[in-house]
Amino acid sequence: MTVEKLDKQAVIDVVHIAIEHHGVSREELIPILSEVNRALGYLPVEALAEISTKLRVPKSQLFSVATFYQMLSTKPRGKHTIQFCESAPCHVAGGQQVWQSLQDELELGPGETSSDGNWTLITTSCLGICAVGPVFLIDDDIFGNVTPEQIPDILARYR
Amino acid sequence: MKAVRSMVLVSSDPQSMAQGAEDVYELIEKELTNFGLKDEISLSMVGDVGRHDAVPMVIVYPEAVVYGPVRPDDVHTLVEEHLYKGRIATALQAPTKELTGRIAWLSARKGTLPAEQRVVLERAGIIDPTSIEDYIVHDGYQALGKVLSEMSPADVIAVLEKSGLRGRGGAGFPTGLKWRFVSKAPGNKKYVVCNADESEPGTFKDRLILEGDPHTIVEAMVIAGYAIGADEGYIYIRGEYKLAQERLSLAVLQAKEMGFLGKNIFGTNFGFEIHIHAGAGAYICGEETALLESIEGKRGEPRSRPPYPTTNGLWGKPTLINNVETLANVTAIIRNGGDWYRKLGTPSSPGTKVYTILGNVNVTGLIEVPMGITLREVIAIYARGMKNNSTFKLAQTGGSSGSIIPASLQDTPMDFDSFSKAGVALGSGALLICNEETCVVDLARVLLNFFRFESCGKCTPCRVGNQRAYQILTNISEGTGTMQDLENLQNLSDNLYQLSNCGLGQTAGTPIRDILNHFRAEVEAHIRLKICPVGVCSMSGRKQ
Repeated sequence: MTVEKLDKQAVIDVVHIAIEHHGVSREELIPILSEVNRALGYLPVEALAEISTKLRVPKSQLFSVATFYQMLSTKPRGKHTIQFCESAPCHVAGGQQVWQSLQDELELGPGETSSDGNWTLITTSCLGICAVGPVFLIDDDIFGNVTPEQIPDILARYR
Repeated sequence: MKAVRSMVLVSSDPQSMAQGAEDVYELIEKELTNFGLKDEISLSMVGDVGRHDAVPMVIVYPEAVVYGPVRPDDVHTLVEEHLYKGRIATALQAPTKELTGRIAWLSARKGTLPAEQRVVLERAGIIDPTSIEDYIVHDGYQALGKVLSEMSPADVIAVLEKSGLRGRGGAGFPTGLKWRFVSKAPGNKKYVVCNADESEPGTFKDRLILEGDPHTIVEAMVIAGYAIGADEGYIYIRGEYKLAQERLSLAVLQAKEMGFLGKNIFGTNFGFEIHIHAGAGAYICGEETALLESIEGKRGEPRSRPPYPTTNGLWGKPTLINNVETLANVTAIIRNGGDWYRKLGTPSSPGTKVYTILGNVNVTGLIEVPMGITLREVIAIYARGMKNNSTFKLAQTGGSSGSIIPASLQDTPMDFDSFSKAGVALGSGALLICNEETCVVDLARVLLNFFRFESCGKCTPCRVGNQRAYQILTNISEGTGTMQDLENLQNLSDNLYQLSNCGLGQTAGTPIRDILNHFRAEVEAHIRLKICPVGVCSMSGRKQ
């Protein structure tokens, strides 16, 4: 879904579906935020406002929860999000060179989104697939035992 | 379960799925029908088989032949040769050199590797994790039946105490004692929480248990509920572990249908419900009080302790929180008794431990061995030695919050007491084994970067201390460090340990302390000589 053209009503519909799924309860806040984030790619202000009204949770608290967790984003992200593991096991296995190669190839730094809206590059902590490090994710796809030379080929599949 | 001639297992961990395990499964199913073998051969998706170099893998029992990586085009040959004609399709077999090490038990011949012993991973990789029937055939829900029909809650706790089981999340607290605390805590409403927020770098044992044998966790939680007097449980599972979430949800559903969850379990008055709560990406939520905050829908910031969760946990009620691997020991202990468990491992730390072996060694992967094995044994036997005959320099245990262990300690038995005597920590079971090409300053910098990133920011020593320590280590790695920096690092490390609110900050200083204790000369070379002896650090700020 393109992030620029989110129609306000569409956002509110997504929120209502998520709330219906999980129920009106503070305990379900994180599952609701996760579902909305998955559906829209991020959490727009309109969505947070609607959740705040429905769940009767102050916006300030909602914002503090939404910015705390790695898998939730309050800023629009690109069509594909690349998460590179920067923990020690991947680092020792040659992760630094792969990370450099990713940045060079995309011309992006950590946390940046490309101007064409195709890529967001972020670093992440251990993904639990260390036996095949260095590891990164593109959306939900895992790439393991990566070498710098493979980067252009892998990225080409998503362009 | 009906008798079959052969069992065919297809790996279905995330990597296998990404490499087309599902297509392979469907094609095998089709070929079995084509050859008319459907009734005599069983086919299952079995989660993670412990080896990832040749996925997707297909394993055929009883011969225990491992094929991989299996591509859709290979399936016809595989089924025709092995299952129809009965000849092993050698061309498709996985490389044998790595076979015995990575998935030691796949050779299915007990004793091929010394001391390999399976309690926690008894069923993982062998049963179909999506089938409750398969679990039941392999002694599943027997322990629960025994508990509800023959034992009082006090009996259950007594067996656990006798077994000497200690928590496998890292701290090593005696499990039976924790259960006793919660059972004695006043209040009618109590909770059981399974901590499945495994995010310790280099650790993926819990994922393997959840993906390969989800019912063992469900069963252990119901037993825990009975023992402490709780009727509700939560599994807090890491948001990134999608497959494990699916497997657990299915297991809970199946257990409900079969009457192992819900009201009046086994016709008794005891009832228990399990909710699955997925996290949203935060290392700190593995800390038990942060985890409780997160279940309640808040920021995952640790609470001040005391009071402890055993009396004031989820929504202020007494709560039992156990790690996945700890719970995975419970059913076997109930079935076989505390004395049986004591025979494994060392007197102070009975039982087995699951380790993930990583780094510069020939074979990386997962093993389950008795407590008390040494690092030298792990490297020589299970990891098949160092890569390219390099020299072992250090091992980093238990993910980021573990210790950096120098080669001089490689003969120390790995159990809770021996390690704490040697001044190091066992941690969560990751063994990142590094050769002489690893620079300790660079390693500590990467570890501190992790803490800097994952600190929740609630308390100042951790929020500011990690940032400062990271900056100083970066300076040293760029050749602009001073000798004063070392003193500052030592102070920061002490402050982190003494003043931080929770385990994250308290352990964050460990890498600093360890490199200054064991590798001081190498660190000083970065400062006095402005060189990185190993040639890893950039030294970019060095003045010519």
